[in-house]
Amino acid sequence: MSASATLAPSGNSDVIDLQDAVIRFAGNSQDGIQTIGGLLAKLAGRSSREVVTYMTIPSTISGGPSIFQVHLGSGEVLSPGDESDFLLAFYQHSYENHIGSLKKGGVCIYDSDHVDNPNLDNKDVVHVGIPITSTTVEAMGGSARDRGKNIFVLGLVAALFNLNKEKLVELLNRQFGRKSEDILRNAMMAFDTGYAYPIGDVLHVGYNLKKGPDDRGDRITTDGNTALTLGLLAGGVRYGAGYPITPWSPVMEMLRTELPKYGGLFVQCEDELAAVSMALGFAYSGHVSITGSSGPGLSLKMEALSYATMAELPIIVVNVQRGGPSTGLPTSVEQSDLMQAIYGSHGDCPRVVLAPKNVEDCYYIGRKACEIAKEYSCPVFILSDQAISSRIEAFHAPDLSDVTEPVLDLSPRPESFKPYPIDGNTRHAPPGSPMLGGKYPVVTGLEHDEWGHPSSSPELHAKMNARRRDKIKAFADTIDIPEIYGDNEGDVLLVGWGSTWGPIREATKRLREHHDSKVGCMHLQYVNPMPNGLDDVFGQYKHILCVEMNDEGLYGYGQLATLLRGRYANPSIKSICKTDGLTFKVSEIIDGVRSYAVAS
Amino acid sequence: MSVSAEPQKLTKKALTADHPTWCPGCGDFAVLASFYKVLEKLQFPHEKICTIAGIGCSSRFPYFVNGHGVHFIHGRALPLASGISLSRPDLHVFAFGGDGDGYSIGGNHLDHAARKNINLTYVVMDNFVYGLTKKQTSPTSPEGFKSKTDPTGAIDRPINPMEKLVNGGASFVARTHAAQVKHMMQMFERAILHPGFSVVEVLSECVVFYPGAFDDGNPRKGGEFNIIDEEAHDPTSKNAAYQLASQQYPGKFGVFFQKERPTKNDLEQKWIDSSCEKTGGASARELLEGKFSAMS
Repeated sequence: MSASATLAPSGNSDVIDLQDAVIRFAGNSQDGIQTIGGLLAKLAGRSSREVVTYMTIPSTISGGPSIFQVHLGSGEVLSPGDESDFLLAFYQHSYENHIGSLKKGGVCIYDSDHVDNPNLDNKDVVHVGIPITSTTVEAMGGSARDRGKNIFVLGLVAALFNLNKEKLVELLNRQFGRKSEDILRNAMMAFDTGYAYPIGDVLHVGYNLKKGPDDRGDRITTDGNTALTLGLLAGGVRYGAGYPITPWSPVMEMLRTELPKYGGLFVQCEDELAAVSMALGFAYSGHVSITGSSGPGLSLKMEALSYATMAELPIIVVNVQRGGPSTGLPTSVEQSDLMQAIYGSHGDCPRVVLAPKNVEDCYYIGRKACEIAKEYSCPVFILSDQAISSRIEAFHAPDLSDVTEPVLDLSPRPESFKPYPIDGNTRHAPPGSPMLGGKYPVVTGLEHDEWGHPSSSPELHAKMNARRRDKIKAFADTIDIPEIYGDNEGDVLLVGWGSTWGPIREATKRLREHHDSKVGCMHLQYVNPMPNGLDDVFGQYKHILCVEMNDEGLYGYGQLATLLRGRYANPSIKSICKTDGLTFKVSEIIDGVRSYAVAS
Repeated sequence: MSVSAEPQKLTKKALTADHPTWCPGCGDFAVLASFYKVLEKLQFPHEKICTIAGIGCSSRFPYFVNGHGVHFIHGRALPLASGISLSRPDLHVFAFGGDGDGYSIGGNHLDHAARKNINLTYVVMDNFVYGLTKKQTSPTSPEGFKSKTDPTGAIDRPINPMEKLVNGGASFVARTHAAQVKHMMQMFERAILHPGFSVVEVLSECVVFYPGAFDDGNPRKGGEFNIIDEEAHDPTSKNAAYQLASQQYPGKFGVFFQKERPTKNDLEQKWIDSSCEKTGGASARELLEGKFSAMS
């Protein structure tokens, strides 16, 4: 719900109630605008408000334009917001590049020390100039450094929106208190100065962000990479190996720090090939293990992952996708590795591919991946992406009563032991297990029989291929068709996977509100294998539109659409694709739907 | 289960698996036989023995040892073996491979396994040629060696494995000859008993694609098997090891370098222990509850 029409000052000092607000902070990456955004998101989680954030980061080492957008609301907040209600511009370039993101009637607060040429003739937005830099420097005792202006702005925003000051101060204490007393004192000084700044003299209004109905207690706020890592830990991952690459690195950094506390270990390897190989060494040793990377790194791992299919080793493979091909857009979002995840290795490699739909889901998908890898003894991919990895959302802490404490099974194996029974799931005897029959297993990448003995019998190869395929099909039988949001039949079914869940749902909601057409949406968390019976669902709609952040390809269809057309040969399956490195705006999806609805 | 594993004496017979697929006369037979004998002597629990290899003729090794094992992909035996060694301190981990697997496609992993001083023993069966793919130039083929990829003779300078290993940081580096079984067994035993990353380079003849390659180091073929004088050589000196490594082919045999230093296994375990101590041995559930409450 847009509040911007009522944002403008009316002349008197009013307090305007807001259902939700999109605030965009635009500056340079070293200004600490992520800190403001992160603290606001945390505050939202602790005050029964919904929040979704969105950030861009330059791929340079230090510096470069960067934004952090926070969408706070009391209702369901599903996307970071297409346009902003408030813009905080730190520099002339921030002002110029982002003034267009403001809604009509939106408010632009700019640093008058750095924004030299605001277009005050533009009456579509409200301009408020504040000497942010010099006021901060003065508050900090006149040193020439302008560090702390982010916290000054946080104080400003807190006062403007009448946010809970006590809770914010508590969060600041937690954030800076452990660094040093000096840093904490300076942060508090900057915050208080911002909070006390007489912004009402210029804007004449204040805002009150309504609380949400959700009063089931505090929620946690975190980003997708953190949620995913915690899910993996809860699922029983204790060993892993990786190599640094953006935006995957935070997962490996956290695992490296956390796993020793669980008696486990994460190793940084010399390259991606070593990382996946070491992770397979952990898997062979009897652990559920993990490796991960982003696009280019996954390409390097593919040979070893083909081995994982053949040897049937349980391994979790995370791909925090970014823009490709090649080095591509290392800090932008894309969903162009779906086909690679499913088909990227040589030979026939049926494997499981999961995709979390939002930050909370990253946790549950991480846990689920561990269960599947153990049960079916196979590689399980998790396709996250740059957007979901770094954005912050609020959700309730999960039930931790049944977290997995993994057990290494080194019990003696009977003489009848077969690691690859033709009519059952693979169960390895990890090294250290005595073999009562006296024969020890060698795990191999060569085609092999039920005991693991190499064999190049063509008949056996066909049989074992079927076995590796059938276990994944057996898993497919356990997956439910995802729930449909919106109309169960009608004109358009939007189908998505991964981080686009929020914008697709929001688009569906708005299309239905406008009575455009009968629209539903469905989100696949299991992209390979897919649940059975999707054709029955698809049969209820005129158009099946797959919304994906990848290219429409040579034949006009995105990667999921291509897979669905391949499976169902349904000509109503079409694509809404884009590759501009940014998350879907709700309006882009709505426009896409209308273009098909009009065309029909 | 009522059956239990009675510890039995480890014999050559118990360790013998499939008959090797190697060509008659291949040097690798002697390597395998020596490995059996050393294991027989050391009497490790059978189920704790784990042999790993990549791809190549010599990398078929795990099939011929009746023990837990992995036949992995080309060049990556060491990182896989490292994963086993690091997560399973109860095991005795052995990696085997050839010059192509270890010095070419897996060359980078060798340096890093050595640098990290991972606790395992690596045996390279160096035959100076690619045998499984039928005679292409290998990283140790001498200049002038005629192969299918160098029909007029190899033009690239070969790798000096001993220099590479010492430079990489391996804490035990030895060289032996497959035709000198007694010496080979001594080297294996010393390598296995060394705590840390130990490597034995074995000159192991490919009788099909490079026959006679190592005759110069074999007295029975008119050559000379020059053993390092351990009284005169300081194995803890890198310089002394480089000097040995720079000698004209067939060079010296024996322990070039041996110097104990902390293994990655030890250092990681220390970190694990201190981390667990700091958390007071908290369960996974308690650790996760702590994490989540910090995010609220």
